[in-house]
Amino acid sequence: MTPPLVAVRDLVKHYAGERRWLGLGPAPSPVRAVDGVSFSIPAGKTLGLVGESGSGKTTIGRTMLRLQEPTSGKMLFDGSDVFSLASGPLRALRRRMQIVFQDPYSSLNPRMTVEETLREPLEIHGLKGAVSALLDEVGLDAAFAKRYPHELSGGQRQRVGIARALSVEPQFIVCDEPVSALDVSVQAQVLNLLADLQTKRRLTYLFIAHDLAVVRHIADDVAVMYLGKIVERAPAAEIYALPRHPYTTALLSAVPEPNPRARKQRIVLAGDMPSPARPPSGCPFHPRCPHPLKSERCRTEIPPLREITPGHLAACHYAERPMDGR
Amino acid sequence: MTNPVLLRVRDLKTYFVTEHGKGTARAVDDVSFDLYPGETLGIVGESGCGKTVTSLSILRLIPEPPGHILPGSLIEFDGRNLLALPLQELREVRGNQIAMIFQEPMTSLNPVFTVGDQIAEAAIIHQHLSRGAARARAIEMLRLVGIPDPDERVDHYPHQLSGGMRQRVMIAMALVCHPKVLIADEPTTALDVTIQAQILELLDQLQQELGMAVLLITHDLGVVAGHADRVVVMYAGRVVETAPTDALFERTTHPYTEGLLAAVPRIDAPRSRLHAIPGQVPAATAWPTGCRFHPRCPHAWDKCVAQEPPLLETGTPGHTARCWLVSEPERRVPKR
Repeated sequence: MTPPLVAVRDLVKHYAGERRWLGLGPAPSPVRAVDGVSFSIPAGKTLGLVGESGSGKTTIGRTMLRLQEPTSGKMLFDGSDVFSLASGPLRALRRRMQIVFQDPYSSLNPRMTVEETLREPLEIHGLKGAVSALLDEVGLDAAFAKRYPHELSGGQRQRVGIARALSVEPQFIVCDEPVSALDVSVQAQVLNLLADLQTKRRLTYLFIAHDLAVVRHIADDVAVMYLGKIVERAPAAEIYALPRHPYTTALLSAVPEPNPRARKQRIVLAGDMPSPARPPSGCPFHPRCPHPLKSERCRTEIPPLREITPGHLAACHYAERPMDGR
Repeated sequence: MTNPVLLRVRDLKTYFVTEHGKGTARAVDDVSFDLYPGETLGIVGESGCGKTVTSLSILRLIPEPPGHILPGSLIEFDGRNLLALPLQELREVRGNQIAMIFQEPMTSLNPVFTVGDQIAEAAIIHQHLSRGAARARAIEMLRLVGIPDPDERVDHYPHQLSGGMRQRVMIAMALVCHPKVLIADEPTTALDVTIQAQILELLDQLQQELGMAVLLITHDLGVVAGHADRVVVMYAGRVVETAPTDALFERTTHPYTEGLLAAVPRIDAPRSRLHAIPGQVPAATAWPTGCRFHPRCPHAWDKCVAQEPPLLETGTPGHTARCWLVSEPERRVPKR
């Protein structure tokens, strides 16, 4: 087996808690945005990282590229430890790791033409490359080179964002909710484009999304996050067929299906995700958990992420007896 | 349906003068539909199809200028044309008999007033409740929309609430006067999927309890499938297909609706390429000639370029589609 291109080990990112008024009173508890996360992605494959707002999924993507400094942990990219690199080697490595952001409106400089936006990374890394070829590769006409972001639709902007990431010929791309802000027909175009580029350039993706249905169409493996932790991780086909964690089951059940006959009994979770500054005791999901076997053990004992069947990990005391979500 | 129509929209045209006064954006261009008491009517379409402008036009919330609703448009509610109503009388309808909730609860709530004050406002204005009685009503509404500890939450400000809670507050504000019509414009788009499920379930439950009609505006065919009785599909300022929900999904007729449906990522399908509608929604200042969907349609022929189809009866009761394929089905290009 070839070693994975990307491997994250025990990644932790804590933010200092909110300061109290005049700094009085007891020290605030830190916000545990990412709380000990590990995964790896083989070259040419896609890991779908799914979770709701506040689950820590975006923080993971940014920390992996060191757009934010981690609190602790390791990130191995093709054998080098990204978190311990000095700025020079880090910059060289960044050429091989890129990111596509969620919001194509705020991630492009409004004062730069498409050509200037695509030229900049090439100049920084001293590379030669043709802007027109990049545009062609993402399905935009060469005439777009002279336009400014405000002249483009959301889908076109996202294509420019993808072209910018591709310009330095990376091996690994963090796709941070790249289609969440797009209409459904444009979303399909951009997802297909990402899949085509992956095949053509043998790219490795970390695909971050809040939507399990979108991830279904791009990911080889799926990791589900809740409150800074991975609660389930498995090959895609398996996690959709037999989710082992009740949170995954609930997420799948909540996806609105475009089929009126499928008016199934939905699992509707009560309440909101708790604050990552004050995670619940025991299993972080227990206050909202709909599992019929939920017990005192869930309230007191943190379930470790453990292998249930080969390659299928879940952090639930009752993962051997998963909930029926259908 | 034997019920009398509650809200009748006929030939609605809402146009906008563009920035330099050079062009006219025909955002809503001749839209008609009926809303019956107690039903949920879904209006589906992508950005730029005119669904939000339609909903804003109903309560005359279109900023004028640059927008204007053209003469000849009719919005009839309870026997009165809202478009001809003096502002004073319109105010008695707005927020009282027809209420609205918006997509983004944070920007639609006032950050400097407590949620209790904001819920109570409509009750004080429309039902002339005293401050004390209105506060009690606000607490009752917060309980109705499922907010825990309503006696405490009533004094909270919007920033102290989560996104899902804020949307519940918006719903409480909208329903405080027991409206006959609730217009819900993308009520769950900004929310996480588990919170979306909560809010949609809440809307269903409140509709059953209070018996109001809901105009559910969304881009999500999944939301429509689970919650609407009938559906209006909009494209390029026009209604392109309308049908009872089951018929729309089982006998999808308009190629745009087909394309939208095929583009939805499914959890029940194996990993595969998604169907994408080629191209993009045209600009409202320059709709294509003939059928407005023809440049993106896999079936289009010369007739579609030359002549726009009317809404044609498909044969299923209540199901119409603006497509020549209804009368010339042999023109349909088989799927590859």
